[in-house]
Amino acid sequence: MEKPAILLGSEAVAHGVKLCRPQVISAYPITPQTHIIETLSEMVDSGELESQYIKVESEMSAIAAVLGSVSAGSRSFTASSSQGLAMMHEILHWFAGARLPLVLVNANRALGAPWNIWSDQSDSFSQRDTGWLQVYCETSQEALDTIIMAYKASEQLMLPIMVMIDGFILSHTMERLMIPTPKMVDDFLPPYKAPYQLDPENPLTFGAGAHPDLFYELKKAYSETMTEALTLIDQCQAEFAQKFNRHYDLVMRCQEGNNDSDTAVICCGAMTGTARVAIERLNENGTPVDLFKLRLLRPFPKNALVAALKNKKRIIVLNRACSYGVGGTLSQEIRTALYDLPDHPIVNDVMISLGGKEVFPETIIKVVNDREQLSATEPNWL
Amino acid sequence: MTNNNRSTTGKNHFTDDTNWQITNAELMESGHMACPGCGASLSMRHVLKVLGPETIVVMPACCWAIIAGGQPTTALSVPLLHTPFAVAAAAASGVRQALTAQKKEHIQILTWAGDGGTFDIGLQGISGAAERHEDMIYICYDNEAYMNTGIQQSSATPHGAWTTTTPGGKDFKYGKKDILAIIKAHNPGYLASATIAYPDDFYAKIEKAKAARGFRFIHLLAACPSGWKIDSQNALEVTRLAVESGVFPLLEMNDEGAIEKTYKPENPISVKEYLATQGRFKKITAEETEIWQNEIS
Repeated sequence: MEKPAILLGSEAVAHGVKLCRPQVISAYPITPQTHIIETLSEMVDSGELESQYIKVESEMSAIAAVLGSVSAGSRSFTASSSQGLAMMHEILHWFAGARLPLVLVNANRALGAPWNIWSDQSDSFSQRDTGWLQVYCETSQEALDTIIMAYKASEQLMLPIMVMIDGFILSHTMERLMIPTPKMVDDFLPPYKAPYQLDPENPLTFGAGAHPDLFYELKKAYSETMTEALTLIDQCQAEFAQKFNRHYDLVMRCQEGNNDSDTAVICCGAMTGTARVAIERLNENGTPVDLFKLRLLRPFPKNALVAALKNKKRIIVLNRACSYGVGGTLSQEIRTALYDLPDHPIVNDVMISLGGKEVFPETIIKVVNDREQLSATEPNWL
Repeated sequence: MTNNNRSTTGKNHFTDDTNWQITNAELMESGHMACPGCGASLSMRHVLKVLGPETIVVMPACCWAIIAGGQPTTALSVPLLHTPFAVAAAAASGVRQALTAQKKEHIQILTWAGDGGTFDIGLQGISGAAERHEDMIYICYDNEAYMNTGIQQSSATPHGAWTTTTPGGKDFKYGKKDILAIIKAHNPGYLASATIAYPDDFYAKIEKAKAARGFRFIHLLAACPSGWKIDSQNALEVTRLAVESGVFPLLEMNDEGAIEKTYKPENPISVKEYLATQGRFKKITAEETEIWQNEIS
């Protein structure tokens, strides 16, 4: 039987990680991620979790240490945020290219200058092209569950997965959630058996130079695996739903009814919770709007998104990350996915928040109510 | 060369002590990509002869990232993990911790990096690994510049040396970083400098490092004929003269934590004599040479 608990988002993450039994954890503090590694440190110290815990001297070393441990065949974990994730950038590319499985939790936070520690998805959106899978979580329960699913998918695909929780909004907020039993997780997630690893019994070289034609072939295969990953993640989520009775999709419809509404709002991460309240109120007041959350950013679930949005006339995208000179990063992704539809819906690119700028239900209600005034071509700043 | 007949004096384990033997087993294969006369390739060959097959090598960007060969070939018969430039020591730490988790403590980790990856871009990660006393042997093969990218100055480049980024010779204000002092401050499990030009001393130190535990660091001087502007057949002799002149002393940290010489040249040569063997010191002035000589004496 699962146990109910009231936990901070960061603690929920630590519990999810503990259930997956990583043999090696590398840790470097950064707000608002620090509680994750603190909680794991306590778990290791008390003997609750048997794991080698490496207190490295930087985020670059944090990701490099698990590059080493996974290469040696051990399931591993690390967490980061913002400047720390940016510092990992070079090794994120290397990790993916090396076809190594890992789950990294990123507590979304703005990047300076100026200094800002609050919620902002620019850090992980900036890592879109590193080859990592990216999952955005709405709740701490979703984060805990996603970590368990992510280890399974990561090790089946031999691809690293980044799981996002919004800094403070999830990481520092208490939530009632269910903690699966170790047995449930052990039944779902077998121990990691590396198909290749650093082993003197079978000496292999990892990461040696590849000439242009071979490099191209390897990257082509990588791209194909990313596309195949969508099917595997779907299966993984279905199996999880069967065993744990909590269901997740690549793109999730958040509202009952209103299938015929012309307008849809889409966002990712914890803002979805606020949007649920806003959309409910709008619907009650006679403005039918559908709400969708995008769980997976990479690989991009294009077919699922198109299926969800194909009959809409207007898509309002709520962005927490900006590609300066273009607009909301999520909007660009949605626009690209919808391009092949014969009748493109209008895509309103709304820069609703950066650096923790508060988003209230009223903020979203106003955006939707003023939708006729929104630009369909340029980013809309509040 | 003027010193072809100079004998290497001092205790020679190869001739004096029959306990010292070199195994015929090779863990580094022929067909590697090193230049003729490369000190780094010869050093690796002999380090692996001592460490044996139960060794995992971790290396960052450096000449050896090329020497080891491109896919699908490899020059090493032990596992090898290539890593980005700054992170060899951190990645090696992860390998070590994974082996601990798997109860394979007997496997040696050899982190093998050049001077750029050690003195410069990798220094922070090395400090972290040393502070944590990560159980590994870290060997820096120092060819005194970024040789793989085509001879650019590093903080291991000696003052006065020509490189492509010090066309007039490295400014005399900036000497070679004292890497042994930096690592010594971390209280390592073993610490030494060596060169394959003195194989008895070299073998003894690798053996000691192998027997010790914790973070062990060896600073190897490794000649680079193209970067030092010497003929490849003289690479070992020039390396030997670096020691005979006192420019690169063979050192070891003793049990009391003091660094002492393991070899004292009986008839030391002058710095001037050493510098004259290499094209890279062509522009050094008499005054600078004297300063250098005084630094050593």
